Amino acid sequence: MTVDIRLEKFSGPLDLLLHLIKSQEMDIYDIRIVEITEQYLTIIDQMKQLDLDVAGEFLVMAAQLIHIKSRMLLPSSEDLAEEEGEDPRAELVKRLLEYQRYKQVAAVFEQLPQLERDVFLPQGDFTDLLFDNSPQDVELTISVYQLANAFHQLMSHVQPEVFHEVVRENLSVTDYIARISRRLIEHSRISFRDFFQPGAQRGELVVTFLALLELARLRMINIEQVATFSDLWLTRVASEDQLQHLPLAEEALDYD
Amino acid sequence: MTELRAAIEAFLFVAGFPLSLEKLVDLTEADKTDVKEAIVGLMNDYSRPHSGIRLLEIAGGYQFRSDPTLAPRLRRLQKERVQRLSAAGLETLAIIAYRQPVTRPEIEYLRGVDSGGVMKTLLERNLIRILGKKDVPGRPLLYGTSRYFLELFGLKDLNDLPTLKEFAALEPELAEALPLEPSDR
Repeated sequence: MTVDIRLEKFSGPLDLLLHLIKSQEMDIYDIRIVEITEQYLTIIDQMKQLDLDVAGEFLVMAAQLIHIKSRMLLPSSEDLAEEEGEDPRAELVKRLLEYQRYKQVAAVFEQLPQLERDVFLPQGDFTDLLFDNSPQDVELTISVYQLANAFHQLMSHVQPEVFHEVVRENLSVTDYIARISRRLIEHSRISFRDFFQPGAQRGELVVTFLALLELARLRMINIEQVATFSDLWLTRVASEDQLQHLPLAEEALDYD
Repeated sequence: MTELRAAIEAFLFVAGFPLSLEKLVDLTEADKTDVKEAIVGLMNDYSRPHSGIRLLEIAGGYQFRSDPTLAPRLRRLQKERVQRLSAAGLETLAIIAYRQPVTRPEIEYLRGVDSGGVMKTLLERNLIRILGKKDVPGRPLLYGTSRYFLELFGLKDLNDLPTLKEFAALEPELAEALPLEPSDR
């Protein structure tokens, strides 16, 4: 029997196995392991003959299939000491069934009305106008990843420095924390972007970012976002007094 | 009462993103039960067949969205083609949605394949987020779905996901999640 299958079509070895089982109309609980292993290996071989890069995971599965096959062929009745009666296929069956469920769920997701594909929103942007600091305003919590991402975007706008000039800049995180604190005392809410002056050197941006992280860590500020993909906002949550008397020690910050 | 309903309608229209019940109470300075009642009234108004707009409960709030049946017409407005999620992306998202908090090795065990690239794409598209670190050797990162995931698929909350038991006739012991044995690679 010829098997003509393109591996790229499959998201992984489990997907390929599931396809083989279905196309052979096998019962997933009673896989004919010899047959499946043979077909699976044929496909892998074909891929190799075509000089295609067969992902390592497909080879790992091939090894597992051969292992199961060999265990099935061993006379088991005498060997009672070894795991009592456990079907060598059991783990594979479980994994296939579990995988099959997620594959079905994925198909359901695909059918759901998706934003920008099936369902559209008005394009106005009043997000900032609607933002206020009411206590019940449970906004999105910003993860470190999003914060780092926002910073990365800012950094990408800064021209790389073409000349290599070694200048010892004395950028101190403590100084920047103090500087940011003063701004936060004047305005209790500032956009993330506003902290980074256009034309600033990369070093300055980095220190500013570290200072913001430190303030967030000390719970002096809240970092929020009104809607996904909108600007990040920093809100002062500490009192002026707390901000002015931060327990900061340059050595403790350890950012050299 | 009609004035409250009109105000809520306008707030939701202007906001564009889902506004929670609490937020609407705050914005209208009205009583919570009145606001709730007004929302239900609005939802009924917009569910009439001749309306091209629906008021839906999305990600813990309320939002106006176009009716999905109008998609073929509305797609003409799009400047660029939307990037579809790949089969691998949807599959990984499905695992994360149901198994969260879940680590990358656990996802890879379930999929049987390296998932680093797919997960990076999902993170960049804001569909998943890092929830913390698992308290096991190596402290692997734990992943979960984001609020945007709910918005993208128009879900109220995570309980709005179809229950896994609806999928595939399973033996009772398999209906519960498998104990995860991350691959020993």
